[in-house]
Amino acid sequence: MSTSTDEREISLPEGPLALPGPGGPGPGRPAAHVPLLRRRGVRRATGRTAALLVLTGLSVLVLLPFAWMLVSSLKTNQQLFTVPVQWFVWPLHLSNYSNALSLIPFWSQLANTVMLSVLTVVGTVLSGSFVAYGLAKVDWPGRRLMFGLLLATMLLPGVITLVPTYVVFRDLGWVNTYLPLIVPTFLGSPYYIFLFRQFFLRIPEPISEAARIDGASELWIYARVVLPVSRPVISAVAVLAFVQAWTDYLGPLIYLDQPSQWTLSLGLTAFLTKYSAQWNFMMAAAVVFTLPLIIVFFVASKHFLKGIAFDTDVG
Amino acid sequence: MARALEAVPVAAPPVAAGRPARSGWLTRRRRRWLWGLFFVSPWLIGLVGLTLYPMALSLYYSFTNYDIVGSTQWVGTSNYQLLWNDPEFRQALGNTLYLVVVMVPLSLAASLVYALLLNVNVRGQRVFRTVLYLPQMVPTVASAILWLWALNPQYGLVNTILGWAHVLGPLWLSSITWSKPAIVLMNLWGVGGAAIIFLAGLQGISPALLDAARVDGAGAWSRFRHVTIPALSPLILFNAIMGVLSAMQYFTQAFVMGGGDTGGTSIGVGNSLQFAVVYLYEVAFADLRVGYASAMGWVLFLMMLVVIGLILKFSVRRVYYEAWRAR
Repeated sequence: MSTSTDEREISLPEGPLALPGPGGPGPGRPAAHVPLLRRRGVRRATGRTAALLVLTGLSVLVLLPFAWMLVSSLKTNQQLFTVPVQWFVWPLHLSNYSNALSLIPFWSQLANTVMLSVLTVVGTVLSGSFVAYGLAKVDWPGRRLMFGLLLATMLLPGVITLVPTYVVFRDLGWVNTYLPLIVPTFLGSPYYIFLFRQFFLRIPEPISEAARIDGASELWIYARVVLPVSRPVISAVAVLAFVQAWTDYLGPLIYLDQPSQWTLSLGLTAFLTKYSAQWNFMMAAAVVFTLPLIIVFFVASKHFLKGIAFDTDVG
Repeated sequence: MARALEAVPVAAPPVAAGRPARSGWLTRRRRRWLWGLFFVSPWLIGLVGLTLYPMALSLYYSFTNYDIVGSTQWVGTSNYQLLWNDPEFRQALGNTLYLVVVMVPLSLAASLVYALLLNVNVRGQRVFRTVLYLPQMVPTVASAILWLWALNPQYGLVNTILGWAHVLGPLWLSSITWSKPAIVLMNLWGVGGAAIIFLAGLQGISPALLDAARVDGAGAWSRFRHVTIPALSPLILFNAIMGVLSAMQYFTQAFVMGGGDTGGTSIGVGNSLQFAVVYLYEVAFADLRVGYASAMGWVLFLMMLVVIGLILKFSVRRVYYEAWRAR
């Protein structure tokens, strides 16, 4: 992480939400404040230095496991088991990567994972925005009740439906297909609907009302008025859903028995039980599994963290 | 905000030219009803088909001996009685309670401290925020594998770091006493997500409030205690409830790190990583005792309700919503 990245794309939110409407105080807040006493200003500067030191220390601690993963993935098996730990090895054993990737059927599992993740993103964004439109933009008497129900199901633990949902999908003959993992995403999940709704509520009503007066149907307003101005929330939800699908373990574990259908999560754990002492291979596989998410994060983080730092204004 | 928008009186727009005036059954009001239902229908289908129906099914199963293959018989409350006397379930509950009591408060405190630090206007603030969020981007299985190796007592990262401070690290996952602290440690690595939510809350606190407290002579601690904490309290409550829900359903990392997928009999050394949902998974999908697993699901669900109820009861006089409303 070089300092050059400091001011560019990886910017995290400055305010609570970069949404239309009244935001929080801007980035310049602390600087704009004039200290009452000089002594206090000095004390604040010391506090700032202390915070900087602690943050640097914490960042090092947070980054060390990443470095550890990377370094371990480039070692020979003997270099792994040394005291003290060797942090710099030469030559780099890049062959660990090709070995690890050939030991797990990596490419087919990657294809499965990508397919599942992309379909999940499509399903989640479509259904989430669609349902949220009904909750935020259509003025109908049932919507408060529906929103209350939505909040209640948001708190409903998955453990209660895990087993019977399996029975339902088994009765449908969907076990050992991807359907149990994909179809639910097209029916909307409460948290993402919630995120969309909060965003839609901040889109000024006169815009959609004007379209309505012109005779536009609700479906047209949804697709042509509301969705085009919702890019921040769409990308936040897309990233969250992508990460969730990419990372999911329990779903594929329950529904996918055939190794040819496996995702990388399943492939990696199978690999773990077979080659448990080959940490260099394991770390190489873990790096490859993690890298796409890190890339997605850096590409999307401009919008992404704004969307997570959601709004508690439940309305 | 929402209310304000909705309250704007929009004069009933005249029916657009070229459109026949609807009359009879399909009034404007009914049309809006239909549109509303139309938009929420995917979720309603999911709610009925994938939530309410499965819940009813599982309630029914919990009173039967349903095991997928054999015939199903009504067994009354015997599943619940068996659970009460099941030593492995008790152990799993005990382990799960450890997470609720130890991991949730520690994670809350750590994410709050993170957020406070990230809120200080220092150089490279954005880089720090990105770095602290980064562990959230590691797939669960990859982080489980990473930490399995990092927690190796002899050659692992954690004990190497402790060695720098001349501390002899424990056996972590190979020790019954240290395996759960190892899980807690691993999860503290990933508290950046909750910290981001707190950070948003911190940035929503009006500087005027803090200035007023300062003018009144409040020191840093007292400003934190009497302004920051009350203003953040709704988010603390939210993160606490979310933390409890996920701790009580802790699964993947324990299952992978405890060797659950190898078909072994013990999850973690001495079953010390046998958490409630891990046990439920084994009973349901390895032993196929769906009836028993359903009863377990309901007991866990009721326990979550009790814990969340306790948190809400404790917080009812302590959570201060006005700072948010005012914003």
